[in-house]
Amino acid sequence: MSAGYLEATARQRVARFFDAGSVHEWLGPSARVTSPHLAALGMPAAFDDGVATGRATLAGRPVYFAAQEPEFMGGAVGEVHGAKLTGVLLRAARDRPDGVVLLLDTGGVRLHEANAGLVAIAEIQRAVFEARLAGVPVVAVCAGSNGCYGGIGIVARGCDRIVMTEEGRLSVSGPEVIEAHRGVEEFDARDRALVWRTMGGKHRYLLGEADALVEDRFEALREAVVPYLGHARPLDLDSVRAEHEALGRRLARFGEAPDSLDIWSALGVADPARVPMLEPGPFVEMAAPLRERADA
Amino acid sequence: MRDVLALCDALFPAGHDARLEGGRVVGTGRTRDTEVAVVGTHAHAAIGADLAFALAGDVLAIMEDHPGRPILMLVDTQGQNLSRRDEMLGNPGYLAHLAKCFEVARRRGHRILALVYGEAVSGGFLALGMTADEAYATPDAQVRVMALPAMSRITQIPVERLEELCRTSPIFGPGAQNYEKLGCLEAVWHGDLAEALAAALARPARGDRRRSLGAERGGRLAANDVVERLLREP
Repeated sequence: MSAGYLEATARQRVARFFDAGSVHEWLGPSARVTSPHLAALGMPAAFDDGVATGRATLAGRPVYFAAQEPEFMGGAVGEVHGAKLTGVLLRAARDRPDGVVLLLDTGGVRLHEANAGLVAIAEIQRAVFEARLAGVPVVAVCAGSNGCYGGIGIVARGCDRIVMTEEGRLSVSGPEVIEAHRGVEEFDARDRALVWRTMGGKHRYLLGEADALVEDRFEALREAVVPYLGHARPLDLDSVRAEHEALGRRLARFGEAPDSLDIWSALGVADPARVPMLEPGPFVEMAAPLRERADA
Repeated sequence: MRDVLALCDALFPAGHDARLEGGRVVGTGRTRDTEVAVVGTHAHAAIGADLAFALAGDVLAIMEDHPGRPILMLVDTQGQNLSRRDEMLGNPGYLAHLAKCFEVARRRGHRILALVYGEAVSGGFLALGMTADEAYATPDAQVRVMALPAMSRITQIPVERLEELCRTSPIFGPGAQNYEKLGCLEAVWHGDLAEALAAALARPARGDRRRSLGAERGGRLAANDVVERLLREP
């Protein structure tokens, strides 16, 4: 087992992210809650439909969690998978733990369950708001190998906070989808450097789309999430007004920028070309005073 | 495809001042009982950062200038704008911001309905349409995740097989009827649009009933059961 979060399975992540021995799963594999649609297609099912859900403690505080399994259909959201996420969030709205931690790792809708997957994501989105409006902070961790794409990218930004690693990616349309629709001139999906600087954690942190950027280590991710527990951010007219102002400022400042490097330069990053080479610690030290914010 | 201003004529026979601004449609319509704020898109507009931001501005203006006024989203979107620029600028944040504005409006007492009259696709539909208390559609509305040929390429399921599956399952095929069966659409409006709108506005919001509707209608049998079971787990 490697030391990092990136390559770990959902259950390895849950076991190592939360306090040792504190994890209790709801509808775990023994419940055999599987996808009826994959079965109808004659495809292999997973006994948890690719997401672990339950409760645990984090630094001693009660939290609810969901962790998408990166190896099962790319973490994609089907009907049952989505319902488990919705269930955790609605349960949090009811019981009010100190937070919900979503370990997201997904390409978005599971196309084998197309329409049902899309509706499921809409229900997750609504349930995130239910939890938040009940005063429960919802924290999204986007640090997985599949990234955080499609409708779940939108869901993540509906949460209170997003914690990322450099390797995590957050976007609605992924590189391959953009290339397939608009051509390789629009987006060369094989250009990994372009993918990282357009959708990766460092750019998202500089832009204000992510709240924290840490290295790919469980301890670092835990330490980033813990301070957010028990502190729900408001979701009201003042908060959406403030966000509106910030997102308008972002469009005004960077709307014409041809590349992320130009955005970083406009933010005052002294040597934008070096950003990908910086370790997370020195990067955050450099970026924190310069970065845009979506919440201020 | 319907012309959106003609659609507004049909929805608001007592009058409206809906107008087009870029990809948006904005204005106010009058039903027999009330004034309704209209916010939406036309010409299959792709929703990128700029359009999502402008739509959010429309919702904020409704909350500020007309507290409590019902909102009708008119939905015709081919989905999120598929471009490097929009993703570089943070399209998740812009689409989520639009969704948050509708959520805040809902909590402040605005009744929020959506009518899909053109296309409704993926990320665009998540931010505009599925964020309503209830979504409705005209019978010719095209609601989908993606077209079958593209779905076939990605899933490696032959198109012929997908077409066959569409005949027995609402989960693959496009169309308002499928999304009604899944509970995503409260109903398809076949008759008089003004009557249907007034009747929908007269009913109170009832929370997110989509998964229970999907179960009742037989289109989505697992979701409601899984949520209920998870809520009861020890």
